[in-house]
Amino acid sequence: MIRKFFASRWGIISVGAFIGVFAPLLQKWGNPGNMGICVACFERDIAGALGLHRAAVVQYMRPEIVGFVLGALIAAYLFKEFRPRAGSAPIVRFVLGAFAMIGALVFLGCPWRAMLRLAGGDWNAVFGILGLIGGIWIGTLFLRKGYNLGRAQETHTSVGWLLPLIMLGFLCLMFIFPQVEGQDKTGVLFYSLKGPGSQHAPLFAALGVGLAVGILAQRTRFCTMGAFRDLILFRQIHLFSGVVALVVVAFITNLILKQFHPGFVSQPVAHTMSLWNFGGMVLAGLAFALAGGCPGRQLFLAGEGDGDAAVFVLGMIVGAGFAHNFGLASSPQGVGPHGIAAVIIGFVVCLFIGFTMRKKVA
Amino acid sequence: MSDIVDARGLSCPQPVLLTMEKIKKQTKGEVAILVDTDTSKENVSRAAMSQGWKVKGVKPDGTGYKITIAKK
Repeated sequence: MIRKFFASRWGIISVGAFIGVFAPLLQKWGNPGNMGICVACFERDIAGALGLHRAAVVQYMRPEIVGFVLGALIAAYLFKEFRPRAGSAPIVRFVLGAFAMIGALVFLGCPWRAMLRLAGGDWNAVFGILGLIGGIWIGTLFLRKGYNLGRAQETHTSVGWLLPLIMLGFLCLMFIFPQVEGQDKTGVLFYSLKGPGSQHAPLFAALGVGLAVGILAQRTRFCTMGAFRDLILFRQIHLFSGVVALVVVAFITNLILKQFHPGFVSQPVAHTMSLWNFGGMVLAGLAFALAGGCPGRQLFLAGEGDGDAAVFVLGMIVGAGFAHNFGLASSPQGVGPHGIAAVIIGFVVCLFIGFTMRKKVA
Repeated sequence: MSDIVDARGLSCPQPVLLTMEKIKKQTKGEVAILVDTDTSKENVSRAAMSQGWKVKGVKPDGTGYKITIAKK
């Protein structure tokens, strides 16, 4: 009965609505503007907390991400869907994850945040979303031509447990080395004193919402990339209806919370270079499409035992390190010094992957 | 005897793509699809039904499922 509801149209709509309520609430509780939830930004903050990059304004071990993976793990076990599997071109998934992150950080947000920015009145997001759709569309052309990364194999249970355990380890680090007011480092963990990394909801609120979203999204297969891909490829609106619910409900919630501020300029953690808002998301959208899931979906898959999705997640975290160490990530002032070059290189790499990995599966 | 599409181990959207490809060529009769995750099971069933096929049965098969679809 529950299983059926979650697989239904109303199931996916209710999960989109749930995120639409709680993402703006997380913002109210302390998360950065139009960033109640952003998988790319939060993984970037985690990379900063670990010192994989040293951009002082984006360092925080975001409990939402930990919650996403552990929530999906719990749901997978509750519904007997935990299936340890791996071996479908992991290195390709790592590279796709890294470039997806680089593209997302040129725009300043993953598809989730693109929707939340739109729902908060940041019209720059329109260019990002158009880019996302464009990137996914290119991905569907490859899919139609037989692009695929080969079969995954069933494997040891512990393989599926590794990313959830890494996330649990991150959470433990947070308890062992908690934030101390006025200090930018506790033990091994870095914290931001100003900027987006210093803005966060209380730990348990963030973790709680993360767990709930993880459980619900694992059940419904919520995916912001799949939404557009299925629409383009199969004219199917199932996943798309979840994304529409997210935007509509987040818009209403923002209105109620007085968080809706329409316009192009002075939007929180955003820049107005439309071409590169578009270009960054073309790259991210293509990388997500070639990897078979948006960054959120990759976390949920990793939670249910998919070792290849876990590699994609690690690729994103490492990609964030490159993005900030190499000056690829944008800031409210505009694109980073090497951001444009990185988008072009990333696009070429994705095309190389798309054109060359189309062997028919036996 | 029905034709078999083996979509085990393939990630989204490959199982649906393979199913669609198959039922585009074979416009009626019976087709069996092997999948290894619940997501694929749901997606393949949903896609088949959207093309006017009936899901005749879903049986556990190894660690995955065997979905039988049919159209007259």
